[in-house]
Amino acid sequence: MDRTDYPRVRPCGDCALTIELGNEIDATRNARVLSLDAAVAAARKAGVIETIPTYRSLFVAYDPGLIGYAPLAAWLLDLAGGALPETGSGRSWRFPVTYGGAFGEDMPFVAQKSGLSEAEVARRHAGGTYRIYMMGFMPGFTYLGGLDPALALSRRDNPRLTSPAGTISIGGVQTGIQCLVSPTGWHLIGRTPARTYDPQRSRVFFLEPGDSVSFFPVGPEDFAALERRAEAGELVAEPVAP
Amino acid sequence: MSVIEVVEAGPYTSVQDTGRYGAQRYGLGTAGAMDTLSLAIANVLVSQPAGAAAIEIGPLPARFRITDGAVRLALAGGVRGATVQGRALPMGETVLLAEGDVLALRACSQGVFSYLAFEGGIDGEPVFGSFSVHARSGIGSPYSRALLPGDRLNVGGAAVRGAERSLAAPTRGSGALRVVLGPQDDHFEPETIAQFLDTEWKISATSDRMGYRLEGPALRHKGSPNILSDGIANGSVQIPGNGLPLLLLADRGTTGGYPKLATIISADLGRLAQVPVGSVIRFQAIAVEEAQAEARAHAALISSLPRAVRDVGGGDLSSEFLLASNLAGAATSADDWSI
Repeated sequence: MDRTDYPRVRPCGDCALTIELGNEIDATRNARVLSLDAAVAAARKAGVIETIPTYRSLFVAYDPGLIGYAPLAAWLLDLAGGALPETGSGRSWRFPVTYGGAFGEDMPFVAQKSGLSEAEVARRHAGGTYRIYMMGFMPGFTYLGGLDPALALSRRDNPRLTSPAGTISIGGVQTGIQCLVSPTGWHLIGRTPARTYDPQRSRVFFLEPGDSVSFFPVGPEDFAALERRAEAGELVAEPVAP
Repeated sequence: MSVIEVVEAGPYTSVQDTGRYGAQRYGLGTAGAMDTLSLAIANVLVSQPAGAAAIEIGPLPARFRITDGAVRLALAGGVRGATVQGRALPMGETVLLAEGDVLALRACSQGVFSYLAFEGGIDGEPVFGSFSVHARSGIGSPYSRALLPGDRLNVGGAAVRGAERSLAAPTRGSGALRVVLGPQDDHFEPETIAQFLDTEWKISATSDRMGYRLEGPALRHKGSPNILSDGIANGSVQIPGNGLPLLLLADRGTTGGYPKLATIISADLGRLAQVPVGSVIRFQAIAVEEAQAEARAHAALISSLPRAVRDVGGGDLSSEFLLASNLAGAATSADDWSI
């Protein structure tokens, strides 16, 4: 049982701190983090360099030459205790995914563990609507909540040293979109040709925490065609009209 | 504009400045020089801003050739033998290289990372405000990866000047590396925190720009070794499931799901970066206010570096010297020297 009082501030060395609003994966809590993040950005406080919103906390990098830990912590606690701006529901995106086979080599395992057919795993995964709780670890890695509980599966005991770019995976109650080749302990169920990060593209990133994401299945031939378009700089992921 | 070509470069040789800020919320890490004080010394010697881009050279040998024009450069940081056409190049001093000259750097004899800065700077397009290479993210300028033989960097041409310049590296502390406890020190019993602070940790061979792994006793978590992923500062002391601390450094991920027992203070990060694999380090916990006083003192030290630069030798430029260093270029008459 977590008896910690929230919100609380903890130092991350002398140039950063984290303000924790809770300790759970919860859309309301996460929305509050994003509201706090928006309030911090709007205040343009001297010394604040940048922020990283996460599930339930806001990481704040700052310059100790311009502001000290105690005054910044007090200011943030005050902000978090007050009325915060509504950040809205974000934008909505549809991502093409090719499920299973060579595109998602853990699909048979996920199917076996969930007691569902591979087609049903893909259908349920694509049928969900997911919230972007946070982005982090690697550029463009997107942590999504809202997975069908039947598909939840604890992380692999032995993380893979590498997994392909565009991997769509399941880790616990989360699913994720991974942009770059990367190690992972999550289960690989498919791949998207869309790039959530592309330093060559004019819009290097296009997703924001708080956006919602859904998926639609595409066959391997369509994947190849979409991948060529993504390589040429197209987003490939489709914005959904509100 | 002059050109320097990479002839030989070990791993971890890349262009770095003080890092990339503003896109950590999208997972794009800061990268940046492992030792910003040494970066500043090299830069200030060649009249560049302290945080400008320079070549960070890992512990192994490297060679560079000037292929176009003349180049004035300075080498600072990890101590290593350096020669230009067989002549020794002292560290912490500027030197003028002529077209065709080869700068040969031996492996570091002390330290890990050296910095090579150029008068006029390295030419490139900053990405998110920085030249720093983060190889796994495929970002950086002028190359979005570590340097390889054959790479060519445009650098500012050398100015005509009577004297080379030197800068004595400020002495650095040699004791324990200082840390501020947290953000997740409450995931460990007080005895475990004491064990972390009492242990002489050895830097593992599997260390790199992402992080230095430590060898020593496995530290026990109070409960689960997993936390909800949150933000990671430079110098975070992360304790993963196996209990062996991982010091997360310039090329770290932006967020992670293991508890962070402490964070190394920013003023000591450069000193840590220069500790070679196999060496032993210790930690000492200090208050965040003290760490911030150290950070301000460190920033003041970097700001003071230009005032510590001294001329070496001095004297007039001979035309023979100018010709030898290719500054005279295609000058055929005195008129060519008037602007």
